[in-house]
Amino acid sequence: MQKLDVRLKQIPMPELPVEKRLQTFDEVALGYSEEQALAEAARCLQCTHPLCVEMCPLRIDVPGFIKLVRQGNYVEAAQKIRQENCMPAVCGRVCPQERLCVLGCKNVIGDPINIGGLERFVADYELETGVTIPDIAPSTGRSVAIVGSGPAGLSAAAELAKRGHHVVVFEALHEPGGVLTYGIPEFRLPKKVVKQEIDYVRRLGVEIKTNIVIGRTLTIDDLFDEGFKAVFIGSGAGLPKLLGIPGENLCGVYTLNEFLLRVNLMRAHLFPRGSKTPIRVRGRVAILGARGMDAARAALRLGAEEVCIFYQRKLVGRVDDIRRGIEEGVKLQPSTKPVKLLGDENRWVKLVELVKLKPGQPDKTGKTKLIPVLGSEFLYSAETVVIATDHVPNTVAAIKTARNVKVDEKRRTIIVDPETLMAADGVFAGGDVVSGAASVIEAIKAGKRAAQSIHAYLMKH
Amino acid sequence: MENEIVYKEELAPEIKLMKVRAPLIARKAKSGQFVILRVSEDGERIPLTLIDWDPKNGTITLVFREVGATTKELGKLNVGDVIHDLVGPLGKPGEITLYGRVCVIGGGIAIAAAYERAKKLKEIGNNVVAIIGARTAEQLIFRDELKGLVDKLYVTTDDGSEGIKGYPSDVLKGLLESGEKFNLVYAVGPEALMKAVSEVTKPYKIKTIVSLNSLMVDGTGMCGCCRVTVGGKTMFTCVDGPEFDGHLVDFEELMARLRMYEEEEKLAIKVMEGCGCRS
Repeated sequence: MQKLDVRLKQIPMPELPVEKRLQTFDEVALGYSEEQALAEAARCLQCTHPLCVEMCPLRIDVPGFIKLVRQGNYVEAAQKIRQENCMPAVCGRVCPQERLCVLGCKNVIGDPINIGGLERFVADYELETGVTIPDIAPSTGRSVAIVGSGPAGLSAAAELAKRGHHVVVFEALHEPGGVLTYGIPEFRLPKKVVKQEIDYVRRLGVEIKTNIVIGRTLTIDDLFDEGFKAVFIGSGAGLPKLLGIPGENLCGVYTLNEFLLRVNLMRAHLFPRGSKTPIRVRGRVAILGARGMDAARAALRLGAEEVCIFYQRKLVGRVDDIRRGIEEGVKLQPSTKPVKLLGDENRWVKLVELVKLKPGQPDKTGKTKLIPVLGSEFLYSAETVVIATDHVPNTVAAIKTARNVKVDEKRRTIIVDPETLMAADGVFAGGDVVSGAASVIEAIKAGKRAAQSIHAYLMKH
Repeated sequence: MENEIVYKEELAPEIKLMKVRAPLIARKAKSGQFVILRVSEDGERIPLTLIDWDPKNGTITLVFREVGATTKELGKLNVGDVIHDLVGPLGKPGEITLYGRVCVIGGGIAIAAAYERAKKLKEIGNNVVAIIGARTAEQLIFRDELKGLVDKLYVTTDDGSEGIKGYPSDVLKGLLESGEKFNLVYAVGPEALMKAVSEVTKPYKIKTIVSLNSLMVDGTGMCGCCRVTVGGKTMFTCVDGPEFDGHLVDFEELMARLRMYEEEEKLAIKVMEGCGCRS
C-alpha cells in the first residue's frame, strides 16, 4: 500500500517555509535532491507515444531525458535537453509546465510527473559540474546581429553560433537577459542561474554588447553597413499599457515594468546600502491587473502591510507561483475593475475606486463579456499602486523604419513571414515583438526557428 | 577606452563639466537628446542632457550639479576614470529650423543646454535672444560663451549679485510687454521656471518648447517612470520627449512626481557620506 502511494503521488518540490520567504528575495522552490529526483523519475511510464513531447513547444525528448535521470546520467540528461533548449535551468523554473508537457503526461492513475522539477534538477546539476560545450561548426565567415538579449535573442544566438556564424547580441540595458533579468524576480529565477545560462551562450562564441539601443545608438542599416549579413530582432514586449483612467500618474503609482525593473534589475530592495535605486512600498498595495503576481510577492517582501490583486478573469502565471503567492499572503479580488485613482494634496495616491463585474449576455459566439455591476463601486485605500494589465512591443528602437520592416500598428508587433520569420530582406524577427506578450519558451522556440531560416539565408548570400 | 573621462572642469562650485569618450553616442547625438549613466555597479541610472558632442574625436560633453548621491559620486571621478555604464543618445532630437526671431531661456545648470540650443539655432540663421538665470553670479555658467554668440543676452540672479534681480521669466514678460516679438521661445531649467515661461508666453500665443527633466529608470520607453501629462494625454518623457509644448504640460504633476523620492534621496546621500546613521 505504502509503495503504491509513492507511485501515485508526485514527489513534492521542497520549498522555503512561508514564514522565511517574506524576509528574503531568495528562491522559494528549492529543487529536488538526487534522491527525490530519482524517485520522481521512477514514476514516469516511459510512454511509446509520449504526449508530453508533443505538448512541448521545443519537442524536448522528455521520456528520453527522464530515462537518463533514472540511470543516474544527469549530465547526459541535461545535454539531451540542451540540444533543443539553450536554457534548461531557466525553463525548468519558469515554464508553465501544467499547460504544456505536464498537461500531456499520460500517468492517468496518479499525479502527472513533475517534468519541470526534473528538468531543473539535471540543468542545475550540469551547471554545478560545468557545462560541456557542444561541437561548433567551422566558421562560415558570416556575421549576424541580434537585437535584444532576452530568451528569443539568446536562443537564436546560440543556434547560429553552433552553426559556425559570428554572432553579436546588442542589449539596450546594462545587463543581458531581457525579461529574465528585468522581469522575473529573484525568488522565482535567481539571477545567478540567468548569468550561468548566458555564460553558456557566450562560451558558444556569442559576443554580447550591452548599453546599445538599436534604433538610437546604431540603426539596423548601420549594422548592415558594419558587415552583418543578417539581423534578428528579438526586442520583446517591453512597453507598458496604461489603464487610461484618472489618477494613474499620481505619485506612488507604478507600471509593472517600472516596479519590476527597480527590484529585479536595479535591486532596489537593497536600497540604500546595496543599491542606489529606491522604491516606495508602504502600507497597503493595490495591484491592478492579472499580470501582477510577481509584483505582489515582491511588494510583500518589501514590507507591504497588505497586497491585493484586482483583476477581471484569470491571473497570468504558473499554478505553483500563484499558489505560493497566496500562501505568502497575497489577496485576490477577481471580477473587479479600477475606475479611478484618488490622491492627497501632495498628489500621492490614497484610494483606488473599483467596480465589481459580472458576466453579461453571451454574444453570437457564446462568449460573455464582463460588465460592471451598477452601484457596486467600492474604495480600497492604498499607498502604492502597480498597474499590471498588459504590455506591448516597444517601438522606441525605431526598428520598424529600418529596411522596410512592417509593423502592425494596432498590436505594435513586427509583421513576419510565418514560415521563415523574415520581416524584410535579411531582417528576421521573433518572440514577443512578433507575437505580443507570450512566454519564455515560445520566445526560445521563435529564436530557434529564426536561426534555422537565417542559416539558410546566410548560406545563399 | 570607452566611457573614459578625458576632461574635467569645475565650472562653478558643485557644477562640473566632463568630456567622456563615447564614439557611438558622439556619432549619433542630436540637439536635445540625453544619455543615461550609472557610476558604479550598484548605482542608479540617471539621465543627463548632451551638451556637446564631437564625432571626430569620439567624445561627448556632460554638465551636472552635484545634488544627489549619483551626481556627487560622478563628480568624484577624475580624468582617466571610467563611467560604469553609459547609453544613448536617447529621446527625440529637438527641432532646429529657421523660426526667425527666437528666445532661448536657461536656468541654473540647464544654461549649458540652453547654450547648446542657442548655438544650433544661431548656426542656421535665427536671430537669438538669450535669457539666463542662476541663484548667484558665480553659478552663471556659459555666460561668456553666450555673450559672444547670441544677438542679445539678458542675465538674472535670484540674489541680484549680477544682472537683473529676479527670474528669466520676469525679463521675458518685460520684453513681451514692451512689444518684442518672438516666433519661438525655448526654455530649459527648473520646472518652476519652465512653467512660469509657458504662462508668460501663453496669452501671446508664442510657440513655447520646454525640455523636461523627469525621473527615469531605463530611458528607453520600458518603465513609464517619466510619464507626464501633455495636453491631457500621458506621454513618456524618454521616448515622446524630452521636449514638449510648454502650454500643454501639466507642470504641477511633473513637479510632484519629481519629488517622489525626496526622502530616499536624502537617505542615499547620508549613507554615501557615511554619517553612521542606521535609519
